[in-house]
Amino acid sequence: MGVGIQVNQLNAWFGATHAVHDIQIDITANHATAIIGPSGCGKSTFVRCLNRMHETIPNARVEGTVKIGDTHVYGNGTSAVEIRRRVGMVFQKPNPFPTMSVYDNVAAGLKLNGYRSHRDLDEIVERSLRQAALWDEVKDLLKKKSGASLSGGQQQRLCIARALAVEPEVMLMDEPASALDPISTSKIEDLIFELKQNYTIVIVTHNMQQAARVAEFTAFFLSGKLVEFDKTEKIFTNPGDKRTEDYITGRFG
Amino acid sequence: MMQSKFWWRSLQDKVMVGLAAGATLMVLVPLVAIFGYLVYKGIGSLNWNFLTQIPKPVGETGGGMANAIVGSGMILLIASLIGVPMGIGTGIYLAEFGKKRFGYLIRFTADVLNGVPSIVIGIVAWSLVVVYQKHFSALAGGVALGIMMVPIISRSTEEMLLMVPQSLREAAWGLGIPQWRTTLSITLRTASSGVITAVMLSFARVAGETAPLLFTTLGNKFWNFNMNQETAALPLQIYVYAQSPYDDWHRQAWAGALILIILIVISMSLVRMAASRGVFKGGN
Repeated sequence: MGVGIQVNQLNAWFGATHAVHDIQIDITANHATAIIGPSGCGKSTFVRCLNRMHETIPNARVEGTVKIGDTHVYGNGTSAVEIRRRVGMVFQKPNPFPTMSVYDNVAAGLKLNGYRSHRDLDEIVERSLRQAALWDEVKDLLKKKSGASLSGGQQQRLCIARALAVEPEVMLMDEPASALDPISTSKIEDLIFELKQNYTIVIVTHNMQQAARVAEFTAFFLSGKLVEFDKTEKIFTNPGDKRTEDYITGRFG
Repeated sequence: MMQSKFWWRSLQDKVMVGLAAGATLMVLVPLVAIFGYLVYKGIGSLNWNFLTQIPKPVGETGGGMANAIVGSGMILLIASLIGVPMGIGTGIYLAEFGKKRFGYLIRFTADVLNGVPSIVIGIVAWSLVVVYQKHFSALAGGVALGIMMVPIISRSTEEMLLMVPQSLREAAWGLGIPQWRTTLSITLRTASSGVITAVMLSFARVAGETAPLLFTTLGNKFWNFNMNQETAALPLQIYVYAQSPYDDWHRQAWAGALILIILIVISMSLVRMAASRGVFKGGN
């Protein structure tokens, strides 16, 4: 089951560049929350702070608190590895492991964490691929086909299956459909609809229709600041802030 | 307008392709010439005795370099045991962790080491091993060649690892895979064919080295399977035979050079075959 995320006074830097300012947001469990905003507004950086991916960049720095369920993400004694096991991530560009088969890609998160039971692995791989709506397309070539030989849309669903296999509580998606064609995009959106029954989903998107279609809540970011956060319906029909209205009506960004 | 330019472009195209082909030919000609000359001079003395017997005393014809072939194998095994893990380990450190000053220092040292004449490396191994043990040995030669392998392997490994897209590392980190696991099972594995090439290049490079062996393994006219004893090695044997006044030894030196190249080619092909069958990709 998914857990909620509480973010308090979150600030993030790249060297001297202050990319994310004083974010405070409560993300509801088992719902999808969309993060929208123009390019360079800090939405990706914000999401990468939620699973401690931001700190992997040289000279990057984070301050503030993030709570995933009851765990302080930046607390003393919390390891980044543990957080990332609980908070899955899907990236903008599909990034399957090129040296591995479809099967090994999905099993990678478990195998490389020392999980060895082959019978369980078979089950988990099948379940994850079914959840990611890829099973029927790859089931005959699981161990023969390399992850990199799939089409772009299939690769992205493979990456989703790979993230699901480790059974995270939260799923972060950083523009998961921006490199895909409309058919693949709609498959991924259907998938998000399914997944949010059991996972808390945070999805960064450039596409406002996509936010409106998949997310119950939407946060609008501008210049590293959270401008408005509300029910998606409210953001798109009756925004409380002039800048939000300008953005969603296409007057800038 | 387009029509009138077309002949000119087509000519440019042909000239460029011609130049590229010419450059390839210029590289190939010396290679083929060397190998061809070796075969021409060496094949006559290459026979079963050459591969199975040890040298005959001066004056007697016949005999072979079996002890040198085995000795070279021993020395290269020791060198690889030292050079490959240290080289790959250093390469991993440089690519994944060595972004700071210390990494820069190691990189610089490796490049300098790469340019140090091999005889100097031989002196280092002599003073480290031979002086300490008070006798020459295959081990000392292996240490010298191993030291030579490290900078070649480490710098190429680093380059190969840096070519692995950051997005693959992030994908692994995002699954909660620890850094060390990511490096071994994702990054190194993705770069494995390049790393294997680097290892083989360094192996071939040191397999033909003579200078570092002169005062480390010394050479030996007899069988030796003890890595703590003076040992024959192909390059040494070739060096000694080629300088000798005896025609039979000259012929054997040619055959030795030929067999050295053949053995390098065979070992490279074996490694390539093993790599393409995924021998080095197991253990995930």
